[in-house]
Amino acid sequence: MTLATATQPTEARDKAGVSHSGSRRSGPDTAFHLLVAASALLVLVVLGGLVVLMGVGGSQAFRTFGLGFAFRDVWNPVADQYGAWAPLFGTIVSTLIGVIIALPLAFGTAFWLTAMAPPRIAAIVGTAVQLLAAVPSIIFGMWGFFTIVPFMARTVQPFLTHHFKHVPGIRFIIHGAPFGTGLMTAGLVLAVMIAPFMTAVMRDVFAAMPNMLRESAYGLGATRWDVMWKVVVPWSRSGMIGAIVLGMGRALGETMAVTFVIGNVTAVGWSLFAPRSTVASLIALQFPESPAGSLRLSSLLALGFILMLLSFASLALARMLRGDTK
Amino acid sequence: MSETTVSTNGWKPNPRAARRRSADHLATAFGMVMAGILVLVLASILWTLLSRGLAGLSAAAIMKPMGPPGSSSGLANAIVGSLIQTFLALLMATPLGLGCGIYLSEYGTSTNKFASCVRFVSDVLMSVPSILVGLFVYQVMVAPFGHFSALAGSVALAILAVPIIVRTTEDMLRLVPTSMREAGAALGATRWRVTLSLCLRSAKTGVLTGILLALARVSGETAPLLFTSLGNQNWSFSLNRPMASLPVTIYQYAGASYEDWVQLAWAGALLVTMGVLAINIAVRVSARRG
Repeated sequence: MTLATATQPTEARDKAGVSHSGSRRSGPDTAFHLLVAASALLVLVVLGGLVVLMGVGGSQAFRTFGLGFAFRDVWNPVADQYGAWAPLFGTIVSTLIGVIIALPLAFGTAFWLTAMAPPRIAAIVGTAVQLLAAVPSIIFGMWGFFTIVPFMARTVQPFLTHHFKHVPGIRFIIHGAPFGTGLMTAGLVLAVMIAPFMTAVMRDVFAAMPNMLRESAYGLGATRWDVMWKVVVPWSRSGMIGAIVLGMGRALGETMAVTFVIGNVTAVGWSLFAPRSTVASLIALQFPESPAGSLRLSSLLALGFILMLLSFASLALARMLRGDTK
Repeated sequence: MSETTVSTNGWKPNPRAARRRSADHLATAFGMVMAGILVLVLASILWTLLSRGLAGLSAAAIMKPMGPPGSSSGLANAIVGSLIQTFLALLMATPLGLGCGIYLSEYGTSTNKFASCVRFVSDVLMSVPSILVGLFVYQVMVAPFGHFSALAGSVALAILAVPIIVRTTEDMLRLVPTSMREAGAALGATRWRVTLSLCLRSAKTGVLTGILLALARVSGETAPLLFTSLGNQNWSFSLNRPMASLPVTIYQYAGASYEDWVQLAWAGALLVTMGVLAINIAVRVSARRG
C-alpha cells in the first residue's frame, strides 16, 4: 500500500534540460527508447485485446437477446435462454453486503491503529493486517466453506427462522432452507477478505494527514474522537471513499472466495440465505461445460464484458474521488 | 467512565464536555471492538489453516503425485507445476514490466498523452477481475489451438504480474534524484546507459520488491488457471499440455467428498499461504534493512 506516485521529478528533470533532446539521439538511444515504448504499447494492447475479445465473444448473446440481456431474469441451458440479471443481482448484492460489513471493521481498526493503539502493538497488528491482505482468495473461500457455511446452516439460520419467521418485512429476507450458502455467507466472506485491504489503505490515508492539524486540534482540547470525526475524516474523506471503492472493486470480481459459499443457483430473490450465483462464480462453473461457439459460451463472455465494465467503472470512480485530494 | 463532578476552586462541570467525553469513550470502545473482531477472525483463518493443514501435511503429500482417492497420493506434481508456471510467468512479465515502467518514468512526462494512457491502462489491468484474464487467454491461446496448455496458464499469470511490476518500477525510478541523472549525462553517458546503469541500479532493491510482490500475488491465483492450464492428475513437464498447479488442485479437492482429498487440499492451502506470506515477510524485512 505504499505505492504512492510522485509526478514532480520528471517534470523538474525535463525543465532542467537533463534529457537529451529528441533530435540529437544516438542509435542505441533510439533503439532503447523504441524498446521501452514497445513494451508500454504491449501493455496497452493486452487490455485493449481483453475488452475487445470479451465484447466480440459476447456479441452473439447481445445480438440474440438484445441489450436487454443484462436485465433478463432467465438462465436456462436446456432451453438455450440466457440473461444476466440473476448473476448480476448476486454480484451486486453480495458486494454491497460485503462492503457494508467491512466498512465499520476497517474504519474502526484504522482508527484504533492510528489514534489509540500503543505503538508497538499497532506495528504488530498493522503488519498482520497487511499480511492478511496478501493471503490468496481461495484460502478465504475454503475457510468460508468449512467454517461459515456450517455455522450459518446450524446456528444462524435456524435461530433467525425460529424468531423472525412471522415478522413481516424480515420474513422474506431470511426465507429459505438452511443450506448455509447464499448471499449473506458470500457477503461475510467477502467482508473478511476486503477488510484488511481497506484497513491498510485507510490507515495510510489517515497517516498522510499533516501532524500539525492533529496537534492543533488536541491543543484546543479536542478528544480523540473529536479529532477523528471532525479533523481526520473530513481531511481524508476522498481517500476513504477511494479505499471503499477499491474494496468494492475487489469484491465485484472475486471468484474463488465466492464460488465456494454462494451455492450456485441462478435465481433472483430477496432472501439473503438462499443459494444464488454471481457473475464470476457462474463463469468459473459453467465455462468448462460450454462448447465452443455455443450461445451459452457467448452469454458467459457477455457476462464477462459486463463485469469488466463494472470493475472499470469502480476504478474510474476511485480515481476521480482520489484525484481531488492531490 | 467516571464523571467526577467535584468542583474545588470554582470549576463547574460542563455538560458539553461530558457529552464529548462519553462520545470519545464510546468511539474508543467501538474502535477496539472492531480491531478485536478483525484480528480474531483473521486468527481463526490462520488457525483453521494451520490445524487442518498440518494434519494433512506429510512426506507423502509433498513427495508423491496426485492419484485416485484412497491411494496414498500427494501433491508433488501440483507443486512442481505451480513452480514452473509461476517462474515462467515472471520470466515473461519482468522484462515487459521493467520496460514499461522505465518508459513511464523516463519518457512519460505529464504532457505525454500516450504515457498517461498507458499508466491508466496499467492501473485498470491491476484491478481487472482475474477470471476475466483467464477468459481472455482462453480465447487467444487455448481455443485456436484446441487444447489447454501450461504456457497459456503462464501467460495468464504474467498478465496479472505485469501491472504490479510496472507500478513499482515507475515509482522506484521516480525516487532516484535528478542529480544522479545529471551527473551521468555530464560524464557523457548516453541516456540508455544512465537509465540502466545508474537509475535502475540505484533503484534495484525497490524494483526487486515489486517483482517479488508480483510473484506473491500470482502464486496464489486460481481463477486465471481454470481455463488455461486446466490441471492434470499426472506428471507433465510439457508446456504444450495441461499442467497441474496447487491452487487449482486445492479448488478441485476441497469440494470433493473423499476425506483424504480434502486433507490434501488443506495441506496445499497451507503450503500456498506459507509461500505467499514468506515472500511478503522477506520483502518487508529487506525493505526495513535497505
